Amino acid sequence: MKVDSIRNGVVIDHITPGRGMAIYRFLGLDRLNCPIAIIMNAASRRMGAKDIIKVDVDLPLELDALGYIDPDVTVNVIENGILTRKYHPGLPEEIVDIVKCKNPRCITTTEQELPHVFRLTDKENRTYRCIYCESKSKE
Amino acid sequence: MRHLIGMDDLSVADIDKLIATAEDIIASPEKYSDVCRGKKLATLFYEPSTRTRLSFEAAMMELGGGVLGFSEAQSSSAAKGESVADTAKVISCFADIMVMRHFKEGAPMVAARNASIPVINAGDGGHNHPTQTLTDLLTIKREKGRLTNMTIGLCGDLKFGRTVHSLIEAMSRYEGIRFVLIAPEELPVPDYIKHEVLEKNGIPYEETTDLEAVLPSLDVLYMTRVQRERFFNEQDYIRLKDSYILTPLKLAKAKADCTVLHPLPRVNEISVAVDKDPRACYFKQVLCGKYIRMALIKMLLESTSEEA
Repeated sequence: MKVDSIRNGVVIDHITPGRGMAIYRFLGLDRLNCPIAIIMNAASRRMGAKDIIKVDVDLPLELDALGYIDPDVTVNVIENGILTRKYHPGLPEEIVDIVKCKNPRCITTTEQELPHVFRLTDKENRTYRCIYCESKSKE
Repeated sequence: MRHLIGMDDLSVADIDKLIATAEDIIASPEKYSDVCRGKKLATLFYEPSTRTRLSFEAAMMELGGGVLGFSEAQSSSAAKGESVADTAKVISCFADIMVMRHFKEGAPMVAARNASIPVINAGDGGHNHPTQTLTDLLTIKREKGRLTNMTIGLCGDLKFGRTVHSLIEAMSRYEGIRFVLIAPEELPVPDYIKHEVLEKNGIPYEETTDLEAVLPSLDVLYMTRVQRERFFNEQDYIRLKDSYILTPLKLAKAKADCTVLHPLPRVNEISVAVDKDPRACYFKQVLCGKYIRMALIKMLLESTSEEA
C-alpha cells in the first residue's frame, strides 16, 4: 500500500493499533477539507503494529489532547516536505476542555463557561479526575 | 489565601493544630470570645441544613463575629440564575469568610477560585464535607485519646455518604488504621476511594454486608443514613433505607469502649434506645462540630491577615 508523502502538515505516528479512528474523531479531522490518510495496523519494528495519521495541512498541535488519548504517539511536523519538529506528548498533568465531565451532579453541568479541567491522579492506570467532583474522565 | 474545600487542603500538622485549638477552646472558651470581633461570616446554603449551618453560625457568634447569609437556593440570587462564580465575587465584598453548601459537586471549589476571601466547603452534593470530618476527628480524639491504631467500622450508605469518603481519606493518614466497610451491595464505597486511597497507601480494609458479624472487632462504629436526596429512583431508596438498624441488642456485641458516631440527622439507623448507652457519642459529636468550626474560622482568618 502506498501513501504519498505530505508537503506541509502533520504526521501522527506510533499510534496504538486501533486508536487511529479515535484520534481522527477527537481532533475533529472529519471537518477538514484537506487530504488525510489514516493507516491502520501498519507494520512497526518497535510496536509490532501501529496506526498512522497524515494530514496535509498545517494543524494546530493539540499535544495535551493527543497525550491524553495515546501518550506514546510521535507528532512530526512537516514543512516544505522536510521534517522540522518532532514531539512526544506523554501524559499531560492537566487537560482543559478536552473532555467534558459526565457526572450529572458536577458543577460543570450548570455553571456558565466553566472550563472542564481534569488532573492526572494515577499515572500507572492513566486515570484523570475532574478537579471539581473527582469523577473519572470518559472519552 | 487559604480555603477548605477538601481534606487534602489540610496537612496532618494543620489537623493536629485545629484539634489542639478546639480542645483549648473547650477548656477556656473565654479566651476566644473576642477573636473575631468585627468580622463577618457569610453562610451560603443552597441546600437545606440545620446542624451544619447553625453550627457555623454559633461558632462565629462565640468567636465574637457576625453572621449573614441565606439558607436555601430559592431565597438567593441563584434563583435568578446567578452563577456560583459571580456569587462568590459579590459575597467577597460583604464578608470576611464564607461557608458554602451546594447540591452540585465542586461548587465550593468554583467559589474558592473566584472569591477574595477564604471559602469553607460545608458539603457539596455527595462529594466532600470536610468540616464534618474535622468534627469526627475531634470526637474520636476526645473519646479515644488518639487518632492512631484502631479499627473503624463505617456502616450504611458508603456510596453517596460524603462524610464517609472524607473520613476514610483523613484517617488513612494516621498510623495503624484498619477499616471495615459495612454496606448493602448497592451502596459500596466507590472504587476510587478503595484504589486511590486505601490500596495505594497500603491501608488494610474489609468489605462486608454483615454488621453484627464485625461489631466485636470495632473501636469506632460510624453509622450513616441512607440519603433519600441522593437517589434518582424512589423505589431504590425505599428498598435500601432500613438496611442497618443499630439496637441495644446488637450493640451488646460491641467492645465496652466502642465509640458510636453518626453525622446526623438520624432516621431509623440507630434506635433511640441506644442513645442512653455511654458508647453513643453522636450528640457529643455535634458539640465537637461547633468547637472545631471555631478553630477553623480562626485559623483561616488568621492566615488571611498574615498575608495582608
